[in-house]
Amino acid sequence: MTSLPRPLVRLEGVACRYGRATVLEGVDLLLRAGDFLGVVGPSGAGKTSLLRAVLGTVAISDGRLWREPGLRIGYVPQVETVDWSFPVTVAETVLMGVTAGRRLPWASAAEKQAVAEVLARLGLDGLGGRHIRELSGGQQQRVFIARALLRRADLLLLDEPTSGVDVRTRHDVLHLLGDLNADGLAVVISTHDLNGIAAHLPRLVCLNREVVGCGRPDEVLTPEGLERTYGAPMEVLEHGGMRVVVDQPGRRAVPRRRGAR
Amino acid sequence: MAPLLEPFEFAFFRHGLIVATVAGALCGLIGVYVVLRSMSYIGHGLSHAIFGGAAASAAISFNFYVGAGLWGLASALLIGRVTRRRVIGSDAAIGVITTASFALGLALVNRFGAVRKSVDAALFGSILGVSRTDVWVVVGVALASAAVVFFGYRALLFTTFDPEVADASGVRTARVDALLMVMLALSILATMKVLGVVLIAAILVIPPVVARMLTDSFSKMLWLSSALGAGCGFVGMNLSYHLDISSGASIVLVGATLFGAVFAVTGPRGLRRAAAVHV
Repeated sequence: MTSLPRPLVRLEGVACRYGRATVLEGVDLLLRAGDFLGVVGPSGAGKTSLLRAVLGTVAISDGRLWREPGLRIGYVPQVETVDWSFPVTVAETVLMGVTAGRRLPWASAAEKQAVAEVLARLGLDGLGGRHIRELSGGQQQRVFIARALLRRADLLLLDEPTSGVDVRTRHDVLHLLGDLNADGLAVVISTHDLNGIAAHLPRLVCLNREVVGCGRPDEVLTPEGLERTYGAPMEVLEHGGMRVVVDQPGRRAVPRRRGAR
Repeated sequence: MAPLLEPFEFAFFRHGLIVATVAGALCGLIGVYVVLRSMSYIGHGLSHAIFGGAAASAAISFNFYVGAGLWGLASALLIGRVTRRRVIGSDAAIGVITTASFALGLALVNRFGAVRKSVDAALFGSILGVSRTDVWVVVGVALASAAVVFFGYRALLFTTFDPEVADASGVRTARVDALLMVMLALSILATMKVLGVVLIAAILVIPPVVARMLTDSFSKMLWLSSALGAGCGFVGMNLSYHLDISSGASIVLVGATLFGAVFAVTGPRGLRRAAAVHV
């Protein structure tokens, strides 16, 4: 009998509110070491709030949230929220991953070596001295992944990592995350991209303020599940063994019963 | 050459020159964080708040640094706390706290007319009456601030760039924010006599913005801004003597001229970098 990987984060009946607005309600979720999880849902479904609750930067208003003691979490923010004009180079950004407890402003020889290694691993070698604005969209994502890796994160949270990037970059980011996950890093991605990202992940959570469904893509990417998540009719096709979600703008959604999951 | 060296014969000028140069460097250093955190309104408001403490101290013949310092620290921590907790909008919090403090200062000036002269100096800056104590205070605050920036460099940078992730990464961002507010309050207090309440915000903003136009590196921006601030203080103080204008005004005018010159030299690149700074 094989034992399950160790739990990293457990949410039980978690609710989050901003003032009077409820953004998450009754969320139950268990994240284990080695997980590769996608969080999908419409705009305003609470995807970012869920990631931030796990990160610890959003206070929960109800329920329980447990993190493994000493758990190190890396966070890759939405590119739209980053101040790309901030005067900071790639190396300086990555070095932020080892801020806590450090006293000297400059990087030690070991830290410089570690930054160079992580940049090389992510295909950013030679770019340490560049300003972060001077990178492509995919490279900018990798800088923040590098920051998390330098911190030796156990869990990596990525908020819409492929928004606004081209198909090639999306593939590259997905493969990179797959490789990191294969090396033991637990990864959680929030995404709008059902076909380009979500369908390729081993496990999905469908979120619309509450968890509407959780499981493998073939279990949750169903017309019924998607309509409950997005409140709009969607068709699911099979293509080359993959699920392809097609929306149906001509059809009206079936009104959702109050309180129904 | 002799006319240029003439003011150095006077002790008050030498004191004023040291204070202005160190004050420029200090404001340039702290100003980098003020500008990158879009806190210039806090700096502006805090200088007005401290004026209330200065006026109150003068009215009751209490030590300027102790009275205005305690008043400034209390205002800084209160603004920081209200802003962080988002009880009300930060602009509203600054507006209420600092203008109330400034109004109290004005009321005291009206009530106790005898303090008008020293209050005028606090408003617009003056090299007259800069004492040896003022020199030691500004040097002490500058050294303390440099030490905080040196030993807290990484935490300050991470908290300024990405406060949310910094907090989640184990950086004590609340402590860093409070420390920055205290440094800002002490810097304003130490430089108030030479720069003046009304003009101090300009020296917190101009050197960092000029430095930003010249570099994309955070560490270089710190050095450049401090050096440019010191240069503005040194040149401005000399001009203040020779042109017989208030020291605060001449230092700010030197800074504004420097801004124009760098803006002209750096062209579109400087324009793009400066445009990205939200003060």
